Amino acid sequence: MLETVVFYALALLILGFGILVVTSRNTVHSVLFLVANFLCIAILYLSLGAEFLAVIQVLVYAGGIVVLYLFVVMLVSLRGLPDGPRNSRRRTRLGLAMAAAVLAEVSAIVVSASARPAGVPAPELAAPSLGNTEMVGWLLYTDYLVPFEVASMLLLVAMVGAIVLARKAE
Amino acid sequence: MIETYVVPLLKIVVLLNAVLVSVTYMVLLERKVIAWVQVRLGPMRVGPYGVLQPIADAIKLILKEDITPARSDRWVFTLAPIVAMVPALIAFAVIPFDKEASILGYHVALYVADVNVGLLYVVSVTSVSVYGIILAGYASNSKFPLLAGLRASAQLISYEIAVTLMLVSVVVSAGTLSMVGIVEAQRTSGVWFAFVQPVALVILFIAGLAETNRAPFDLPEAEQELTGGFHTEYSGMRFALFYLAEYANMIVVSAVATTIFFGGWLRPFPNVAALGLLGLIPGWIWFILKTFVFLYVFIWIRATLPRYRYDQLMRLGWKILIPICIANLVVSATVVVLLQR
Repeated sequence: MLETVVFYALALLILGFGILVVTSRNTVHSVLFLVANFLCIAILYLSLGAEFLAVIQVLVYAGGIVVLYLFVVMLVSLRGLPDGPRNSRRRTRLGLAMAAAVLAEVSAIVVSASARPAGVPAPELAAPSLGNTEMVGWLLYTDYLVPFEVASMLLLVAMVGAIVLARKAE
Repeated sequence: MIETYVVPLLKIVVLLNAVLVSVTYMVLLERKVIAWVQVRLGPMRVGPYGVLQPIADAIKLILKEDITPARSDRWVFTLAPIVAMVPALIAFAVIPFDKEASILGYHVALYVADVNVGLLYVVSVTSVSVYGIILAGYASNSKFPLLAGLRASAQLISYEIAVTLMLVSVVVSAGTLSMVGIVEAQRTSGVWFAFVQPVALVILFIAGLAETNRAPFDLPEAEQELTGGFHTEYSGMRFALFYLAEYANMIVVSAVATTIFFGGWLRPFPNVAALGLLGLIPGWIWFILKTFVFLYVFIWIRATLPRYRYDQLMRLGWKILIPICIANLVVSATVVVLLQR
């Protein structure tokens, strides 16, 4: 009962902050609403019993990435958005198409996950009596090793690319 | 009912009051120690040797006019000091002052919570406190605070990586993220982690100075170049909050360093039976003593070292500390794996 109430309250907050992120005219306010959004998502993870994920959410997103956003926003000192979007209709259509694509993707995952309830063996069987953190580490280095390595490769490539772009031409 | 709600609430009330009182007295201690280093007396007028100075300061700051600059971002301007203060306070929730103490016949654990991601919780919570400085810099609508905000964000991002990597090395040695678990690991191995991970201790201390914006890394408030930095436009109680947040953060860093490197509430040489006499002193007093040593070193460094230049600060973070951190992590992980064989 309590969990349901907490979930819906958090869902409302997350959606509300999400809407404020895109509707706010002030860039810094928009970034702040994004932080609030991330913190609410962290609480949602906590209510699901995934405390490792919650802490990492705060550490990486709220504490790291959004600080970089703020840094960039303040560096270019964008007080408000430039007025009068010229082809706003095209932009609206593009936005709607992307939103529809994301919605389709998420519902595809939800449907396929509920379609095979006994597909993947429960991870508790593979590694008994492990805490939340150990469990995430265990899964990352066993079942999800390839996606994990691909993701780290992607990050490495992005990092090298950024350094190459930032280097002065010699 | 009493166990789940009343006892934790009481602990929180006691802890918050203790932290706030010690924070105000840290200010006095700093003024006194710096005065002694400079062969002065420091505050002497309020009470014997100035011991009542913090109370006088608090009354003065509460009574002062609280100014919001024209054309500032009102909401963010109000929010910034709160955001600076709150993370420093809630980080204390997982710090274990003692394993157990008997108060009025009850056996009470002297920590609010022992979560199994304790150390990560501290890191993530304190990483949010940088918003206080950045937002203060932005909302003041003034050039010096804005520069300070930029400096603070760049500095914190750089040094947070070093802190986190160092903590990973410690976690590899301890095998747990729980703060109580880390102290217990030091009891079972019979040696403080300061001797297992000396490199980590030194780097964590340097990065801790940078994270708390203390000298020689106090660039966000460098008064000679930025007239006080991010809190230039603040006055009254909101200024006081920034001030208190800095000292609260110092205490957090010292308490965490004590827990993970100096055995928390354990007496020195916890496994040497011949020194059992030291066990007569309760654990939380050991904890406070060790934390105090760290805090003293913080002040000592401020009184001794000149400030870094901004590019030196960034170079130290990225080109020296982070490579050492990575090397240390690789070495300690290898040693741990070899020892398990």
